[in-house]
Amino acid sequence: MKKECQECGADISIPEDAVVGEIVTCPDCGGDFEIATKAADKVELKSAETVGEDWGQ
Amino acid sequence: MVEVCIIFDKVRFEEKALYDKALEKGVKAQMVDAKGITVSTESKKSDFSLGDVIMQRSVSHYRGLYLTACLEFLDFPVINKFSTAEICGNKLVTSLALAKNNIPTPKTQLAFSAETAMEVIRKTGLPLVLKPIVGSWGRGVFPLRDEETASMIVEMREENDSPLSRIYYVQEMVNRPPRDVRCIVVGEQVVTAIYRYSGEGEWRTNVARGGKAELAPVTKELEDLALKAARAVGGGIVGVDLMEDKIRGLMVHEVNNTVEFRGAATVSVNDIPGAMIDYAAGVAKR
Repeated sequence: MKKECQECGADISIPEDAVVGEIVTCPDCGGDFEIATKAADKVELKSAETVGEDWGQ
Repeated sequence: MVEVCIIFDKVRFEEKALYDKALEKGVKAQMVDAKGITVSTESKKSDFSLGDVIMQRSVSHYRGLYLTACLEFLDFPVINKFSTAEICGNKLVTSLALAKNNIPTPKTQLAFSAETAMEVIRKTGLPLVLKPIVGSWGRGVFPLRDEETASMIVEMREENDSPLSRIYYVQEMVNRPPRDVRCIVVGEQVVTAIYRYSGEGEWRTNVARGGKAELAPVTKELEDLALKAARAVGGGIVGVDLMEDKIRGLMVHEVNNTVEFRGAATVSVNDIPGAMIDYAAGVAKR
């Protein structure tokens, strides 16, 4: 499934097994997007959070 | 049937592996986005459908920590507990807990102003390592090899906006091979141990920094130390990091709360997410 990048309009491929909450990256502009919702034939993306100072294990 | 709830704020390899493994084992599982949860002082457990046991997997330490406080307020069992997350999320508190429990750990000096931090550095002599007390993936960890650079880094820390930057955690530089050991502890079991080698041009061994993983033998000494360290922080599912000092032997330098295991899973012969799901199901039944 393809989704249009909200930043640059390029196509972002959404892997078949991707789940809500996963991050996808635009191959053209490098923008990160979080999968907000996913149904059989429809995916909604939202801007991903930027890496926080407290991220990690 | 037990239901495991995996709370995330960003789905990584680990969260997907846990969810898939739960389903494979016939354990009911759901994934819930931490960013979508709100809790009030008047909330009741019955207001939420979060299963029987919660695995807190938020990548943001503070989000995970304080959401865990709220979930424990509602009487949900959470892995890990707030108290464990609080200790592990802070290197200063972790070092104190390790030392208090007589677990070999690198000598760490703590100073609360730039002046005393520099005094400690001059008095001890270089090299030393300056680490932020909160932070992961090796961010902000500086090897201090000469006094001029040390002074500049301390000055930089002093000018940082974060109040935590002005707490100075100065650790001895352990004479170790270019690797450390990561033990994944689940309850009272060391599920796997790996060597993490520094990536090219890197001194830090974090897999997030390009460090490479290789299976490490779980010796009796390693197992005992890893379990002791896990107990010292309150137990649960943790990643215990150790260094091999060339004279003193194994020393624990860190215990990780929301342990990442992608690197370990590529080399481990044991089922890491499987052990975690079994443990969570066991906690739910208690």
